[in-house]
Amino acid sequence: MLPYARSVPDDRTTDPSLPLLQMTGVTKRYPGVVANDAVDLAVARGEVHALLGENGAGKSTLMHVLYGLQAPDAGTIRLRGHEIRFRSPRDAKAAGIGLVAQHFHLARRHTVAENLALALPDTPALFPTRALRGRVEAVARRYGFEVRLEARVAALSPGEQQRVEILKALLQGADLLILDEPTSVLTPQEAERLFEVLEVMKAEGKGVILISHKMDEVLRVADRVTVLRAGRVVATRDAAGADAADLATLMVGRSVQRGRREGAPVPGAVRLRIEELRVEGERGEVRLDEVGFEVRGGEIVGVAGVAGNGQAELAQVLTGLRTPTAGRIRLDDRDVAGLNVRTLFDRGVVHIPEDRNAMGVVGSMQVAENLVLRRHRQAPFARGRLLDWRAVGQNADDAIREHRIATPSRGAVTRTLSGGNVQKVILARELGGRPGLVVASHPSYGLDVAATEDTHRLLRRQRDAGAAVLLVSEDLDELLELSDRIVVLFRGRVTGVLEADGVDRGEIGLRMAGAA
Amino acid sequence: MSAPPVDATPPQGDRVYRTAWRIERRAHAGPLLAWGVSLGAVLVAMLLTGILFAAFGVDPAEALRRIVDRTLLDGRGFSEVVRRAIPLMLAGVGLTLAFRARFWNIGAEGQLLVGAVAASGVALFSDLPGPLLLPAMFAAAFVAGAAWGLGPALLKVRLGVNEIITTLMLNYVAIYLVRWLINGPWKGTSLSGFAYSDVFEQAAWIPTWGATRLHWPTLAFAVLLALLVAWLLGRTRFGFEVRMMGESPEAARYAGVDFFRTTVALVAVSAGAAGLAGFGEAAGIHHRLVDPNSLSQGYGYTAIIVALLARRDPLAALVTALFLGWVQASGDVMQVALRLPSQITGVTQGLVLLCILATEPLLRYRLTRVRIPVAAASAQGGSADGGPASGAGGREVG
Repeated sequence: MLPYARSVPDDRTTDPSLPLLQMTGVTKRYPGVVANDAVDLAVARGEVHALLGENGAGKSTLMHVLYGLQAPDAGTIRLRGHEIRFRSPRDAKAAGIGLVAQHFHLARRHTVAENLALALPDTPALFPTRALRGRVEAVARRYGFEVRLEARVAALSPGEQQRVEILKALLQGADLLILDEPTSVLTPQEAERLFEVLEVMKAEGKGVILISHKMDEVLRVADRVTVLRAGRVVATRDAAGADAADLATLMVGRSVQRGRREGAPVPGAVRLRIEELRVEGERGEVRLDEVGFEVRGGEIVGVAGVAGNGQAELAQVLTGLRTPTAGRIRLDDRDVAGLNVRTLFDRGVVHIPEDRNAMGVVGSMQVAENLVLRRHRQAPFARGRLLDWRAVGQNADDAIREHRIATPSRGAVTRTLSGGNVQKVILARELGGRPGLVVASHPSYGLDVAATEDTHRLLRRQRDAGAAVLLVSEDLDELLELSDRIVVLFRGRVTGVLEADGVDRGEIGLRMAGAA
Repeated sequence: MSAPPVDATPPQGDRVYRTAWRIERRAHAGPLLAWGVSLGAVLVAMLLTGILFAAFGVDPAEALRRIVDRTLLDGRGFSEVVRRAIPLMLAGVGLTLAFRARFWNIGAEGQLLVGAVAASGVALFSDLPGPLLLPAMFAAAFVAGAAWGLGPALLKVRLGVNEIITTLMLNYVAIYLVRWLINGPWKGTSLSGFAYSDVFEQAAWIPTWGATRLHWPTLAFAVLLALLVAWLLGRTRFGFEVRMMGESPEAARYAGVDFFRTTVALVAVSAGAAGLAGFGEAAGIHHRLVDPNSLSQGYGYTAIIVALLARRDPLAALVTALFLGWVQASGDVMQVALRLPSQITGVTQGLVLLCILATEPLLRYRLTRVRIPVAAASAQGGSADGGPASGAGGREVG
């Protein structure tokens, strides 16, 4: 029977000419999606290998397979020439693979030393951090880290926390390190120091897989680059000879554009005008700055950008979930900046939220209740302070029929519906009336082809009826198929407003990466 | 998450299956299941109490027979059960409303006490004519209870302060407030040496049923309140928003629920109801302000069990209040007839709460027996299944 990966660490003396990691034909399917389709990936010793791709391209799935979080449906993974099959991240760690996730896995209230002790298998039960100091300091010196062992994790900057994570992986004996978007939380100076650490790791013959969207740093740090699109490897290049525009094009792909506006009316007057919008987060960090653009009635404007560049904040500000720090938002020539959700909804702002299960519906409530979730204060559902359940039920029956929502009954608990049908509940509710502004965030994310088509049809119908539609999406195909114009965001700023007709996808990719 | 494989079925074709018990998440638990589980929890708690009886050398079956005899089959005994259920109904129904919004009000005890203080204040010191006295006491008790709950509510919605701590701490403030009043400014003048206030004038006594201590107008109002809260939750915009807030704060924010106004309103009703329970005890039973321990006997805490046992349903809380009223009335019987320590009542209540909380996972998970193809089994490592047991996993090639 199978000796599990537990045995692999003993095999580190194998032939050094073999690649450190060799993934061959790795395939992972989820219901309705092929997340990884026969992916090949090889990492040599002393190599930094960048993994590039849009959201949903399959990078995370591939790394989950490598790290033992998911088992592949097909394909093989060889580590130092030996085929491995991990049951859990514990096996992966024992085999010498380390992962530094985007969101750190640290106990925030505990000290750095305690966190490191927690991660090591041979920590004694009493005085767990005592024996640790010497080992930590040796490793830290080798990589040029400064660590404050007695500091609480919560008091550390994101950059310092990341170093703790890297240290943890190194102490666990990792010689293949996966870094998931490591610079997304770092200042430029901290990023520089990270790159220096990577240089030391290379010199020591360790391998690094660097997941990133940022073209410039990929080209600077990586030795080779593999580009994933829709679950497939589209190219593996030496970083030395590659150029950013080429990679951006590979990342977003090319596809035939169809008649976007066939039969659609000519856009009318400006309905939404945003000027010099600035939004700050809880700790004063800038989320959006100097954002300005317009959306006309009868027009769909797409918002493109890599996740975390301000799209979510833009949608929140427009729908009242977040208050702008400065700037103007005018809807049909009335100032609406800073109004609350309820007032904006009453003025015709509807919202298809990003997190449909947590925000778009109350999972434990009935389908009929969720179909009036925001409209429950309006006629005919509200009569004064009372609810008219007959009208609610009638509305549910109509919506279920019209939108073909697959539910056992209108009284079914919404959580039991599939993702596509939950989205139909939200669409039926938000797009049922005559809104002035539609803010749709990732409306087809995770939906199958038919549900995606339905979603697009409903958005087009609102556009044709004269609504201003703002479509936030990470799916460039979706943006190009639906939008009249595309606003590109990078680090909270508009890096381009492009006419969708005849736009070069590489151009969008470059602006998304802040390179233009 | 799964138990070890129970057996490995022989190969079928070239696929090998094994079966295992697996814990699965339930999408939804129906009301029938919820009631069944509650009933089961109560039975387990009663069984454990029986073991405790045996440890004291009392035959549990015999004890139960005598308790039932003196509480349920005896008119006067039964009136005591209902009498004790009244404050539990008022406070418990109020708590169902707060708990629906996930406002964890642990302060019904304090709200009850300040309600009693306010009612006593009106009875002792106002110059109102007789017929207006009871309504004024009623209103004062409601307002005082609501005000006691409002502080924690404001702290929660404005500053994010944990309401469990603030409501709990205010209980102690209320206890010492009552102690100070009956030992100080409100200390009775008719009897020296006793720490309680003067007796209210007769017009401030809530009428009772015959010769019993059953102050039935309060009971009638408790039933009305349960109907009112059920109507609020089921029929009004306010109730819909309360449920939204409790079930999914994020969706409630998206739906434009005004957390401030809604929380303040629901806590006012919830805490005000507890205040009314204090009015009932002061004006219906004691007819004076007495020591907190005699006045309440922990009704405000027992009401938490009432609300949770009722699965936060106001109408069901009427039933669970009667049950816990019976437990409390049984405590008297145990003490007098069976010579058991009075603390047994508290232990029984604690066991009920413990069993209710312990059976909660039964509503969220179920145990199912599954057949797992061994080749695909490794594909589930790290997800719902804990991974195949050693020897049942994949193969190593090369």
